Amino acid sequence: MFGAEVAGGPAGAAVIIGVVLVEALVLYVGYGILEALVGPTLRRALGGE
Amino acid sequence: MSELELFGVAVTLLTLFAGFGVLIGLLFGFFGMGGSFLVTPALMVMGYDTDVAVASGLAFVFGTSVIATLKHRDLGQVDYKLGVLMIAGTTAGIEVGKLGLHWLQSIGQADLVVSVAYVGLLGGIGAFITYTALRGDGDGGIDHDVAEDAEVDAEDIPDVAKKIQSYRVPPMMSLKGGITVSLWMILAVAFATGLLSGLLGVGGGFIRMPALFYLVGVPVPVAVGTDLFEIVFSGGIGSFLYAMDGAVNLAIVVPLLAGSAFGARLGAAATALVEEDDIKVYFGVMLLLGALAVAVRKVGGWIEMPVLDTVALVIIIGAALLVSGAVVVSSIRELRTETSSTPQTAD
Repeated sequence: MFGAEVAGGPAGAAVIIGVVLVEALVLYVGYGILEALVGPTLRRALGGE
Repeated sequence: MSELELFGVAVTLLTLFAGFGVLIGLLFGFFGMGGSFLVTPALMVMGYDTDVAVASGLAFVFGTSVIATLKHRDLGQVDYKLGVLMIAGTTAGIEVGKLGLHWLQSIGQADLVVSVAYVGLLGGIGAFITYTALRGDGDGGIDHDVAEDAEVDAEDIPDVAKKIQSYRVPPMMSLKGGITVSLWMILAVAFATGLLSGLLGVGGGFIRMPALFYLVGVPVPVAVGTDLFEIVFSGGIGSFLYAMDGAVNLAIVVPLLAGSAFGARLGAAATALVEEDDIKVYFGVMLLLGALAVAVRKVGGWIEMPVLDTVALVIIIGAALLVSGAVVVSSIRELRTETSSTPQTAD
């Protein structure tokens, strides 16, 4: 995927770890926004209101 | 008809990994453990090479722990001072544990000793947690939702932790939850958990998290958050080392992480809802079933019956489904209880 998995050595490893780190941060922020938008509604729905 | 692909990877495979990620993330977010324990064996049974399974599992654990640590940090559940001390003590312990492992390998006993120790430890911790939760004594009674500066009740601190806290060898360290422990005791616990981690060749979350609670005495949420903080470093370094050999497969890691980030958010949110005693017994049973799965896999290797690998995987995934289902059901039940006990106001 993205051709990054074929890379080796310190530079390739840094790219792969960087991709995982950036994805983690994007997901954290993205899901955070999603939670703020739909969280209260979902909470009420699950709570049976 | 060719299968639909995204970035050169079959969409069904991406969906499978993302769904598996949700399940793992939920457990990881709630308990602060369970990542490589579930992912690596699953990838191996799916036919991936061992180095790819281990490396991709580690990279996934790194990404998940980054997200889960950020979430626990928002809830004030990470003790950085304790985390740094644990990293120092654990690193030293891992190095000594690796020396022990090399010695066992040199006398040809490594596989037997490590397998028996791993199954015994996993099963022992599982049995202990299940027993204390079923007994319903003070050892299992800390709520998940402690505030950042809240002091933990003395009766909620396990007896072993009280004993360890009573050794007042300076310098003393103040930790989250209002407890005070000798620096040397923290380093000793960290060293011991690192020793086991290095000897058994495992990440150690299932050892460290209970150790932080049962031995150091920090509240469970802080134990989980601090353990996750430590996993960011151990997972990052480990996956970097494997990635240098090109063993990390992003086609596995990226969808798994996308799913688990969602699951971890649910799991971390559930820690603020669910009474720990409701879930602890399931957690203990999951560890016991994990021990059984590892034992089945090892026996399968010894008697050369590969089908037992699949049986082991079914046990592990079944246990994970059982516990994550229990977390979701308990969370919804708590939400409904909260809703029904909140007086409705008229506008």
